[in-house]
Amino acid sequence: MTAEHSAAGGRPVGRIRFMDAQRVNLDGFAVEDASLGLVAMRSPHDPEPGLVIRDGRVTELDGVPEDRFDSLDSYIARHGLDLTVAEEAMGLPDVEFARRLVNPDVPRSEIVRLSAGATPAKLARVLALLRPAELCQAMTKMRARRTPSNQAHVTNRLDDPLLLAADAATAAAFGFREVETTVPVLADAPSNAVACLIGAAAAAQGVLIQCSVEEALELELGMRGLTSYAETISLYGTEQVFTDGDDTPWSKAFLTSAYASRGLKMRVSSGAGAEVLMAGAEGKSMVYLESRCVALARAIGAQGVQNGGIDGASVAAAVPLGLRELMSENLMVMMRNLESCSGNDALMSESDMRRTSRTLPIVLAGSDFMFSGFGSIQRYDNMFGPSNFNAEDIDDFLAMQRDWGVDGGLRTVPADRIAELRREAAQLCRAVYQHLGLADFSDDHVERAVDAAGSKDLGETDTLAVVSAAQAIRDGGITVVDVVAALDETGYEAAADRILAMTAQRLAGDYLQTSAIFDERLGVLSLVTDPNDYAGPGTGFEPSAERQAEIDAIRQARGVEDLRAEQATAAVPLLAAVPGGGNGAGRVPAPGEDPREVVIGVSPAVGRDVWRCLSGLTVPEVLAELLAGLEEEGCTGRVVRFNDTVDLGRIGLAAARLAGSGIGIGLQGKGTALIHRRDLAPLANLELYSVAPAVTPELYRLLGANAARHAKGGTPDPARNPYNDEAIEARYHTTVIALMALERAWVKPGALPEELALDGLR
Amino acid sequence: MSGGAREGGSDVRALSGRPVEELTLEAVRRGEIGLEDLRIHPETLEWQASVAEQHANPQLAENLRRAAELTRLDDEEVLAIYAALRPGRATPGELNALAGSLAERGLPRCAALVAEAAEVYARRGLSA
Repeated sequence: MTAEHSAAGGRPVGRIRFMDAQRVNLDGFAVEDASLGLVAMRSPHDPEPGLVIRDGRVTELDGVPEDRFDSLDSYIARHGLDLTVAEEAMGLPDVEFARRLVNPDVPRSEIVRLSAGATPAKLARVLALLRPAELCQAMTKMRARRTPSNQAHVTNRLDDPLLLAADAATAAAFGFREVETTVPVLADAPSNAVACLIGAAAAAQGVLIQCSVEEALELELGMRGLTSYAETISLYGTEQVFTDGDDTPWSKAFLTSAYASRGLKMRVSSGAGAEVLMAGAEGKSMVYLESRCVALARAIGAQGVQNGGIDGASVAAAVPLGLRELMSENLMVMMRNLESCSGNDALMSESDMRRTSRTLPIVLAGSDFMFSGFGSIQRYDNMFGPSNFNAEDIDDFLAMQRDWGVDGGLRTVPADRIAELRREAAQLCRAVYQHLGLADFSDDHVERAVDAAGSKDLGETDTLAVVSAAQAIRDGGITVVDVVAALDETGYEAAADRILAMTAQRLAGDYLQTSAIFDERLGVLSLVTDPNDYAGPGTGFEPSAERQAEIDAIRQARGVEDLRAEQATAAVPLLAAVPGGGNGAGRVPAPGEDPREVVIGVSPAVGRDVWRCLSGLTVPEVLAELLAGLEEEGCTGRVVRFNDTVDLGRIGLAAARLAGSGIGIGLQGKGTALIHRRDLAPLANLELYSVAPAVTPELYRLLGANAARHAKGGTPDPARNPYNDEAIEARYHTTVIALMALERAWVKPGALPEELALDGLR
Repeated sequence: MSGGAREGGSDVRALSGRPVEELTLEAVRRGEIGLEDLRIHPETLEWQASVAEQHANPQLAENLRRAAELTRLDDEEVLAIYAALRPGRATPGELNALAGSLAERGLPRCAALVAEAAEVYARRGLSA
């Protein structure tokens, strides 16, 4: 844009400068370029789908004859395809395949059967046909596990063990069923694993723990029982990039078996952009390269895949159809009958709208793991780099779950419960480190970790102590048994029991099956025990009533009773009805005779249930300002409560008709105010202050003064309503509804008005 | 499927032979529990392989069967074989020798994987 404007010889107009300054323009947007692999769904260099089988052996795969197979082709051809269904799958027209994928009447198992015989290029072609809503529909049907779930990142800049423990407990309390940690300093890894293991166990049973580091060290931590799953076993879509990553399909296949041999869950990791970033995309589309990765994942026997861009998510997001491509990656994993851990773990835009747009469809459709790392800590503490959603966004996510009535795996936790769990986690962690001779932490450190919103709140810490603790764990051969014993011996038997029970699950191996997680009673939910049975409306996963209540009950929700209690705190005794007569309790006001008298009419609940306006001012404060304004202009005021209506126009008009001057002020308890005159229609008025939350004391005083000027036949000083750019309605509408309910409860048809005492207001 | 009795009547036990019910805090206190007691038994992996097969994933089944074989190797050897399979680490001869040794020791599936790697690595220039 810049070039265009300078060519025109001047700076862009204000409208364009304003648009340029929006955060979305910090993002990079690339011109599609197939030669660089900067193309999402279809490149001219993608092969035509094809499969030739001779004597039960694949002799040509997606246009490549066997003698030219690279190592990826070789592995997929030998192990990745169900040749008994290949002819049928490859012969099915792409559109027909795509329709079956979306159609809820075609069961998941049928798509799984067909996909097993489809080559990478075939699945890529089929997925390219799906529109966004169709991707959602297909994902709803195709994910392996019925119950959706979520994974958290728990890391910090300092690798501080007490903060890691407190944050792992917080993540577990919020409902995350996997916790993934990593390190800024590789040597700290064993310490991070131990801290997260302890912290998560303090808050909930059955949370799987991962420490993402170099392959061999990660496996070692798992073998010692300090972690329970792994997911950063990377696959790439070209042989060159795969080899640059220091692995081959065979080494990864072996590693996959190595994890299983120790009872450890694992999934592999791939995703668009990795090949492009390494200049190794060979001109192929992102979806095709990823389709090779996913075919390979199935071929090597991994139970699941973390994909959807991952580190390269912003590369996909930089090209047209990039977000479709990311979601297609997850879907192809599900089609291959594998667990999907669906990305959303890298901040793909500076724009809140774009990053939400990237994640929302997956949350709506539901996935085995909607995020392969929701940053449960603040952005700056995320040592994977900021996730697409982070601690900054947890309340947003909880509200989104509630808005759409979907289970994103998270729940609200009362503030005091979070405090309790963080304290327990930090104390447990300190006790274990001390007992095992790893490190000593002060009481003050515990307190800071409990209260910290992030590592910047910890102050100065001894980071060398962490390195040496980690070294001691590694060199001393500390295992999960030592951690369990330490917890037990320091008096934390319940936590010791939890970790032991979780570790014992390795012996059963049920969580090695596809899409396995534990529920909080250590029951396994997987493709085997909790298969997705979606077949259209009325079928498939639905949150239980208990779970739905958890989703709905966000801590910010308020009811009328909450508001009544809140209002009562501002009650004053000086705004009571003047005793005597009437069918209410108070004195019925007589019409005024003084031409300088203005009547202020208030709504039925004022002085009863409603005491505080939306602006935060109390009703007596507002009345005092109105009366002061009247006095400044030499008028007097009376306050009358009207008991037969909540309508402000009618209250104002009735007040005007009682006033000696014929001018009335109407005031609702929520703070909306107007000036009325006795000869006007009810819905007309002289001045209206409609934005109650934003009306200031000065404006109420001006309203009083203007009412007096009307009374005297003078010229009022026009007031401007204080509009601003905030979501005033979103903030106050629920309160307005509750306030109006309180008002309505005091309305009695035919009830007479009554005068209120003003003692203490002047 | 919750870790109790399996089809065929076999109970869940650790690689050490200790039944899962004996994995208790009491046993930890007595100092009886070692990593061997937390390791999965090959028969359990075989059983999980048959479950994976019944759930339309023969590749996962094959992986679990390779894993059953690997329960017989110690951690160091497992890590050493992984290292040998990384690109450019071993010659085709070394890989074939490794495959032979695995086959001799009763790990035929792992042996086949390594032998296949030797063949493809040689063709694709991935050997040392």
